[in-house]
Amino acid sequence: MTSTTPSTGSTSRAPVRRLGDRLFAGTSRGAGILIVLILAGVAGFLIVQAAPAFTAPRADVPGGHGVVAYIAPLLFGTALAAVLALLIATPLAVGVALFITQFAPRRLAQGLGYLVDLLAAIPSIVYGFWGIAWLAPRLTPFYAWLADHLGFIPLFAGPASVTGKTMFTVGLVLGVMILPIVSAISREVFLQVPSLHREAALALGATRWEMIRMAVLPYGRSGIIGGAMLGLGRALGETLAVAIVLSASGGIVTFNLISPDNPSTIASNIALQFPESTGIGVNTLVASGLALFVLTLAVNVLARAIVNRRSQFSGAN
Amino acid sequence: MSQTSAPQAPAAPSPPPTSVQPRPRLPRWATAAAFAGAAVVAVLLGVLTALNLVTFVLYTAVVGTLALWAVSRRVEGRRKAKDRLVTSLVLGAFAVTLVPLLSLVYEVVRRGVARLDGEFFNSSMVGIIGPGGGAYHAILGTLIITGLTVVMSVPIGLLTAVYLVEYGTGRLKRAITFLVDVMTGIPSIVAGLFAYALFAIFFGPGVRLGIAGAVALSVLMIPVMVRSAEEVLKLVPNELREAAYALGVPKWRTIVKVVIPTAIAGLGTSVTLAIARVIGETAPLLVTVGITNATNLDPFDGRMATLPVFAYYQLTQPGVPPEFGIDRAWTAALVLIMLVMGLNLLARLISHFFAPKTGR
Amino acid sequence: MSRGPELKLSTKSRVVPVTMALAGTIALAACGASNESGNAGAGGGNSSAPQLSGSLNGAGSTAQTAAMQGWSAGFSAVQPKVTVNYDAVGSGAGRTQFLAGGVAFAGSDSPLSDDEVTQAKTRCGTDGVFELPNYISAIAVVYNLPGVDKLSLKPDTIAKIFAGSIKKWNDPAIAADNSGAKLPDTAIAPVHRSDKSGTTKNFTDYLSKAAPSAWTKASADTWPFTSGEAANGTSGVVNAVKNGTGTIGYADESQAKGLGIADIGVGSTFVAPSPAAAAKVVESSQVMPGRGKYDFAYTINRTTTSADEYPIVLVSYHIGCVQNKDKTTADILKSFEGYVISPDGQQAAAKAAGSAPITDAVRAKSQTAVDAITAGA
Repeated sequence: MTSTTPSTGSTSRAPVRRLGDRLFAGTSRGAGILIVLILAGVAGFLIVQAAPAFTAPRADVPGGHGVVAYIAPLLFGTALAAVLALLIATPLAVGVALFITQFAPRRLAQGLGYLVDLLAAIPSIVYGFWGIAWLAPRLTPFYAWLADHLGFIPLFAGPASVTGKTMFTVGLVLGVMILPIVSAISREVFLQVPSLHREAALALGATRWEMIRMAVLPYGRSGIIGGAMLGLGRALGETLAVAIVLSASGGIVTFNLISPDNPSTIASNIALQFPESTGIGVNTLVASGLALFVLTLAVNVLARAIVNRRSQFSGAN
Repeated sequence: MSQTSAPQAPAAPSPPPTSVQPRPRLPRWATAAAFAGAAVVAVLLGVLTALNLVTFVLYTAVVGTLALWAVSRRVEGRRKAKDRLVTSLVLGAFAVTLVPLLSLVYEVVRRGVARLDGEFFNSSMVGIIGPGGGAYHAILGTLIITGLTVVMSVPIGLLTAVYLVEYGTGRLKRAITFLVDVMTGIPSIVAGLFAYALFAIFFGPGVRLGIAGAVALSVLMIPVMVRSAEEVLKLVPNELREAAYALGVPKWRTIVKVVIPTAIAGLGTSVTLAIARVIGETAPLLVTVGITNATNLDPFDGRMATLPVFAYYQLTQPGVPPEFGIDRAWTAALVLIMLVMGLNLLARLISHFFAPKTGR
Repeated sequence: MSRGPELKLSTKSRVVPVTMALAGTIALAACGASNESGNAGAGGGNSSAPQLSGSLNGAGSTAQTAAMQGWSAGFSAVQPKVTVNYDAVGSGAGRTQFLAGGVAFAGSDSPLSDDEVTQAKTRCGTDGVFELPNYISAIAVVYNLPGVDKLSLKPDTIAKIFAGSIKKWNDPAIAADNSGAKLPDTAIAPVHRSDKSGTTKNFTDYLSKAAPSAWTKASADTWPFTSGEAANGTSGVVNAVKNGTGTIGYADESQAKGLGIADIGVGSTFVAPSPAAAAKVVESSQVMPGRGKYDFAYTINRTTTSADEYPIVLVSYHIGCVQNKDKTTADILKSFEGYVISPDGQQAAAKAAGSAPITDAVRAKSQTAVDAITAGA
């Protein structure tokens, strides 16, 4: 083991290619290529369906000012909601994962881990039900208070919504929704931290926090980012939970989080507008779907870049 | 461990060697005492402002944490104090997280239990106006469509992950990684439209098939499956693979017998998460599978009912008077959660029986 | 190495959970839906019509969902062997699917556009389509303002409230409509539909015709302003109005239970929404000229001055081919539409969806279209 480590890459390729190996490698590569084909199908569908919206006269597009003017506020709303959700969820999720893996008594940890997995599995439409029926009404006094006392901050400029169907509520709902996902993946990764790393840190006299900082977090970083990106992807694309909760009006760009006038998100806008849309309207909505696609893509590429920079901590590099 | 095993960060600044005596430690009851004191302070603070349960808990947590930190810093030193602070923060994060999640479960159970009766499970919506009726057709529809989705997605997703981690090299690997990322960005409703357009080519416009819904859900599930399975497979230590190769085990057998079993618990979580991602999807099923009042168990013939679509319609189109529809919607949401819980439990059992015993 | 994975696995133990899962599914599937068995013979006594069998597929308006429940339940007593499926995909999608030949009829909150009428000619042949105003629902202006139980609003006032130019409940304009009422100094929070909907289209159509000076926007199925509370669907609007204070919104009258309902200024009086008044205004409306013989698309009389008519109504149509290629489809369609416009059918919808039963005059016109449905060519 020690002598061959410099060239790990070459040792993992066996010199003799057996039939089983070729079959297995072929199938798994086939699966990968199938993904490429599916994606080509979806992308083709999106582009073909979106194209008429770009060539149509600007006045025919919903809103009357062209595709770009229609999509830009939606893109902004989508990003705002997802970033809010991520800001709320990630620190808490990492905290929860740390608690379960590093702090909780071992017997309790398994039960808690199961609890978190379970919450990750709650369907998103249920979060929408909960957001509108439980959360939003409870937040309205809080919004009124924010608008009265912190109104000088543009985020809380108000006027406060009387129904609680605000961007802030959506951020919370999405944050709560993705929290278990981020946490489940972080937990899984924290559990994989080699005991040697942890024991070495403790043996050097580190406190538990120092051990976490030196051994657990660096090892788990790629997993945390991966989990956060999975969560972000879900927050960006969430459709009906947002459609149920958000009081959205088209064409607004505002950072005001607590007022009733909010930009919509792309996915929820599609769900709300699609059924009654025809002709160019449909094409425009598909074009907005294309924009969401590109946005998520950009986010993922960025995340990949960050993760890859730290990939020396992976077990299978 | 390989060459990177030792943490690179400089060893923690050890206390100067002049004193051999360990720093004094706070007694075990210190934490309890700090928070009990904080509770008293919180009540006092509460008398000044408006006291309710929320502010009381909030004050207690903040004051207790700060007090413990201050005392610990004085007695035990900076490092130990920081450790205690982080412990409190982590515990706090956990507690804060539980509030919305438990309230969610509580709310769904409270509202859903009203119609959680036998009729809900053994009747469909044929000829139902007003009270009564059930989601028998929708429960089975969801099980069938999700089952088909899993059958299609898990092998493709898992094999792709295996390819990316074990076989993939060069351009194709990079391309697939990239495209899987792209795929996670497909909005669910677009996946539904895609599946609808695909099936409309073969079956004509207006087609509604369970299998089309399963295809739409697969488009959503595959990338999630690949991403999380990839993450998990990567964590299998190279030593295990190398040991197997050294014994002359072929690569594919190493993957099937060593890598996947080692990662099976994580893969179980991946599958569960991926199912959770799709089982509650409403929008794509709306356009591909539609809704029906009658029971249809054949995914290759006509409309089927599914739980999320059922819940969505019962909530948004409850009929007159609306109470009965809304009750059915919440019960459907509750059943959906119970279903997912059951699947989750199943995944746990599977990974429990499959997973090799490890040291942790 | 700290981790020593044991790789020997017992095959027996894996089988258990899988078997359990399978057994559970099969057990559930085996018991069947209790309300579906024995349905077939239930309505056999009605022997006046020939017994048909088969299925009829429709798609379209979400507003008709509940009514369709009532119709398909009631129709199963007339024709027990026929299944009527209806996908509430939305009016636009419903019309598109119908024109593409995917479904036998569409449910739509607005009549076909001129363009679509032309397309329908290629779909249905020279006889074209029938459009029947089968579902009429009064749209109530609902509000939640503690202490104010009765509210009357003129069209101009409603327009100004929803356009955002009247901001407080004690505004002089509102006070002028409600002499003697005690109005609080609460901010008004108008709630509109966030989804594209026929309800919004009919409501804005009403405002643009009844209050042209205060409402300068054209009728549209998306809300034309960017301010105000927005909520998804009728139930969303009702929920938002209920949860807020000082809120006002528009929703189907049948769903507005528990909320304040405003009386609307018609002529010189104020009229409360009711099924009878809603059906009456359709009777007094004009059928759009220059379309097919059986095309009963109405231009609703929004500016009526008659005190027993309520002008804010949603009319949702059934659109189908007069001549159908398939004999079975034609027979079922004819039988179904005949049932829907019958007093029984309209009563079933009223019970299931709270809609307004069509008046006899409207039924007489629709009946000519139903009688004309044939198979052939």
